[in-house]
Amino acid sequence: MTTVLIEANNLSRYYDGHCAVDNISFSLAKGEVLGFLGPNGAGKTTTMQMLCGNLAPSTGEIHINGFDLLDQPKQAKQCLGYLPDTPPLYKELTVNEYLTYCGQLHGLSLKQTQQAIELTENRCGLTQVADRLITNLSKGFQQRVGIAQAIIHNPEIIILDEPTVGLDPIQIREIRALIKELGRDHGIILSTHILSEVQESCSHVQIIKQGKLIFKETIAGLNQRMNTGSLQVKTRSAINLNLFTDINNINTIESLANNTYLFKHDINNNPAGIIAEIIVASNTELLELTPIQQSMEEIFISLTTNKESR
Amino acid sequence: MIFTIATRELKSLFLSPLAWSILAILQLILAYLFLTQIETFTTFQVELAGIENAPGMTDIIVLPLFANASIILLLVSPLLTMRLVCEERRNKTLSLLLSAPISGTEIILGKFFGILAFLIVVVILVSIMPLSLLLGGELDFGKFFCNIFALLLLISAFASLGLYMSCIASHPTIAAMCSFGLLLLLWILDWTAGLKGQGSDLLHYLSILKHFQHIQTGLLSTVDISYFLLFSSTFLILSIRRLESDRLQK
Repeated sequence: MTTVLIEANNLSRYYDGHCAVDNISFSLAKGEVLGFLGPNGAGKTTTMQMLCGNLAPSTGEIHINGFDLLDQPKQAKQCLGYLPDTPPLYKELTVNEYLTYCGQLHGLSLKQTQQAIELTENRCGLTQVADRLITNLSKGFQQRVGIAQAIIHNPEIIILDEPTVGLDPIQIREIRALIKELGRDHGIILSTHILSEVQESCSHVQIIKQGKLIFKETIAGLNQRMNTGSLQVKTRSAINLNLFTDINNINTIESLANNTYLFKHDINNNPAGIIAEIIVASNTELLELTPIQQSMEEIFISLTTNKESR
Repeated sequence: MIFTIATRELKSLFLSPLAWSILAILQLILAYLFLTQIETFTTFQVELAGIENAPGMTDIIVLPLFANASIILLLVSPLLTMRLVCEERRNKTLSLLLSAPISGTEIILGKFFGILAFLIVVVILVSIMPLSLLLGGELDFGKFFCNIFALLLLISAFASLGLYMSCIASHPTIAAMCSFGLLLLLWILDWTAGLKGQGSDLLHYLSILKHFQHIQTGLLSTVDISYFLLFSSTFLILSIRRLESDRLQK
């Protein structure tokens, strides 16, 4: 049986009448990595701040590990590790001093803190900079210190707001691996506006647009959805498109430049064979027949703009 | 938890040159003032010996020293308190405290005691100077301790007001300016009493200076002590409320 770590019901948040988050409900179970996806200003950060108790929701309630965030904030926050969009670093301290402080703030004893620091620094690759001042570290290292801060007290839930911003590709890969590793026995929420990131590290995805939750799926479901089939066909000379009207698998045909056509079809029925046959039968040379995978960007754009036009 | 926050606050203060330079400059100025008071005392020593019930060494040296220290602290404490909450909010480090399992009360008290600990260091340094007089004379220890006590009450009032200003201001300089202005106003509030018949009891009661001077003379009264305790706790409670309301609206 899966344990529900976060349960958020009908969360809304208004700033001076402006609605930043509009009636969002979701839950997070142990072992899930939930990706929050949305354009800038969609309400990702506001939602995360509410989950972490930095911001009180205008309406709705949040249960963290069974504790109500408003009624039992201490117990609830004990299960939380939070990395805000700007890592909360005291730059005049060294990495060790800072992490010691963070550990103690979460009620670890000095001995527990020492062990936790050692483990966390190993995990985040901070061992070689442990005694350096945070202000002298590069942005990538500062980001890692921020992540270390969020996981030092071994919380059940880790909330990361854009954890890979400002990192180089190798560091991004390391952080993703770390997130995957942590995801096995924690619940993780991370926000990002990079779609491939969700695909790489998350098990579930939620898309937020203008404060509303418009899409909620597992990654498998998302990948399935991404295969709304398109075939790109290129021929030597122009073909008569009327030849294809009888095939009911084909939804639309778009004519692109240079005798290139885009066939959209149902996901489950790939008409590639019939198309090839017809083209060959019409005495035209077939140069290219490529299945086109719809990118996350397209899904994202279609989802977000659909809502808008409705 | 309060202790953890207070320790970090104190540590961060001493990691910056600000704390050290404040301590050094304060000590230099006060030592100079201390020496001039000794000079005054030695000049009038002979005449004083002739007067009955003349003010003693403690009255002539210790009282002015602590009075001067109080005024210098009035100038300095806003500089120390201005960054407490304000800078954390600006640097976005406040969310570390807000998402940790600690209450707003603990955060505010931690910061208060952190800054208080630093100001106590100042008080200790000030108090050591009169003790050196024991080499060649005698001190009225009752009055001496009353002065230390008065200064302690005073710094807790300064710290709490500065902390509150730091909670509401958006920029440290504004916090410093506001707390300095308010403290100075409360300090000079009873100067109207000097004009004949103009003194108001209310202004008299509100003035920090009057209460401070009362305790300084060795007169411990509940009115003065409770004034300072009420003053500090009012601004601490206001700070806590202000911090909590941060979550409600931004």
